[in-house]
Amino acid sequence: MSMPAYYTTKDKIWHYTFRVLCYAIFFFLLAPILIMIPLSFNAQPFFTFTREMLTLNPDGYSLRWYRDFLGSESWMRSIRNSFGIGIAATIVSTTLGTLAALGLSRSEMPAKGLIMGILISPMIVPLIISAAGMFFFFSSINIAQTYLGVVLAHAALGTPFVVITVTATLVGFDQSLIRAAANLGASPTRTFFKITMPLILPGVVSGALFAFITSFDEIVVVLFVAGVEQRTIPREMWSGIREDISPTILAVATILVMISIALLTVVELLRRRGERLRGVTPH
Amino acid sequence: MNVVAAQHSDGFVVYDGVQKSYDGETLVVKDLNLSVARGEFLTMLGPSGSGKTTCLMMLAGFETATSGEILLDGKPINSVPPHKRGIGMVFQNYALFPHMTVGENLSFPLEVRGMGKSDREKNVMRALDMVQMGAFANRRPAQLSGGQQQRIALARALVFEPELVLMDEPLGALDKQLREHMQFEITRLAHDLGITTVYVTHDQTEALTMSDNVAVFEDGRIQQLAPPDVLYEEPRNSFVAQFIGENNTIDGVVKEIRGDTCVVQLDGGVLIDAKPVNVSKVGERTRVSIRPERVEANKERLADDAHMIKAEVLEFIYMGDVFRTRLKVAGNENFVMKTRNAPDQVRHKPGSMIEIGWMPQDCRALDCPQ
Repeated sequence: MSMPAYYTTKDKIWHYTFRVLCYAIFFFLLAPILIMIPLSFNAQPFFTFTREMLTLNPDGYSLRWYRDFLGSESWMRSIRNSFGIGIAATIVSTTLGTLAALGLSRSEMPAKGLIMGILISPMIVPLIISAAGMFFFFSSINIAQTYLGVVLAHAALGTPFVVITVTATLVGFDQSLIRAAANLGASPTRTFFKITMPLILPGVVSGALFAFITSFDEIVVVLFVAGVEQRTIPREMWSGIREDISPTILAVATILVMISIALLTVVELLRRRGERLRGVTPH
Repeated sequence: MNVVAAQHSDGFVVYDGVQKSYDGETLVVKDLNLSVARGEFLTMLGPSGSGKTTCLMMLAGFETATSGEILLDGKPINSVPPHKRGIGMVFQNYALFPHMTVGENLSFPLEVRGMGKSDREKNVMRALDMVQMGAFANRRPAQLSGGQQQRIALARALVFEPELVLMDEPLGALDKQLREHMQFEITRLAHDLGITTVYVTHDQTEALTMSDNVAVFEDGRIQQLAPPDVLYEEPRNSFVAQFIGENNTIDGVVKEIRGDTCVVQLDGGVLIDAKPVNVSKVGERTRVSIRPERVEANKERLADDAHMIKAEVLEFIYMGDVFRTRLKVAGNENFVMKTRNAPDQVRHKPGSMIEIGWMPQDCRALDCPQ
């Protein structure tokens, strides 16, 4: 981007200051995340850069923390737990959230605002309050410290994301397509699977991914509701920091960042596909 | 009225005392009785909010009648869900499925009906050829122009061979030229296939050129149900006269009624001949209506005893095939006379005074709305 010819010296100074400011903000946001990646390849059990690392000596780097991570029974269990709980919670919240959004999009639905508010309240209420509430409630019905309890808790946290993304997709949804399908002889069930679902799929999938990520990096509720058996990756990292400070958690963190980037890329690709399908930009 | 009563028992589509209210208080449709014969092209015409679209939606099954019964081929359909009615429909915005190709859109109703793949393909191609869109089966709706989408919507409504097709202002989004072409094509298809069509529009030209019968809606009621020519030439009340085509109206008082003619004293004091349509007694307020093309300035073409009336020429507009002369008649400054552009036709100068008249049967004495 070149500057317009009419810029005065003051304008030019501002132009560069503005750029510097932008880069500084990016640096502030990304540095804590990016710094973990090289540190996770540290050959020494330190959380700092060693002299070998700074001089780019290959001996300063190793995959030992990744090996440590993969060889540890408790880490492996936490991975199984994180994915198992995450996937189960995602299925529950995607189903419930999609149905809720479909219901809320109908014109004859009463008290829309109130119901919407209740459904997205887990996003707004401080997590610690939800967690404490769930702890007492789940204890009284004997599902605290069970997989069912953690899955239900995470499903409640993930549902708002699905409700919001699917509702957003439905705003642009042409209701006359439903009528057209009925008119052509399709039952409501067939209409849902052949017409509604394919068209709102981008919203459903991105909602599902958000729900999954919510469960995947959630710790507060897990601290309250989960027992030793249900420890997830964040929970394991938390004990890792408190009990034995080892760069293994840096390796885990790096892997989690990669997973997050992959998931967000999928969301973006789906969003673009959705726009193309709806004929927003015919190519 | 008699026409409706005669058809009522054997109509293919019958509305029997249908009423519709959305809020439980105001009726959008008030006591609708209408019968459509098999193979007929019926248009529901009316301004927006007149209840015509609600009537169509009740027939399609997307709205339920508050009271009354709708019969299809003699069977009541009030309790039949839309997807079991087997009625084709062209929607105002076409409602093509954006995630399917044109071919898949057309195949959808056949698939729902459990038709085999090869039969489906054959029927889809036949329907596409019918609307000259055979080459577009693999396109998506977003890749088509408005006119092409319109044809696909039409083909999709016809592909499963319904006996009844509903159309909800299907040509509203097209430009004038394309609209006229599609009007012709839709009527041709409907007649060739022998299907019964119920067509909703607010465009009176469309209604007149396409229909066998037109039902004019206003205020939730049918104001008149008649073939286009009758509707145009013999409007039954002042709403229909005003809504269909161009019209000159002057208010006055009935002075004398002699069988099928009457004398009306216009508010300016002038006496004219008219045909009493819905005036019944002397002294009643009336609104007389005369079509611009039935106004005659050439006395030789009128009866010897015809009442002539003075008019001041305000404006002369040359329109090519016709001349439009705006006149001031009995206080009405928007009185229009339309004359054919013939070699001997007089071109009236603005400011000149002329005398005009008409055949008594062309000047209809109607109700005078307050």
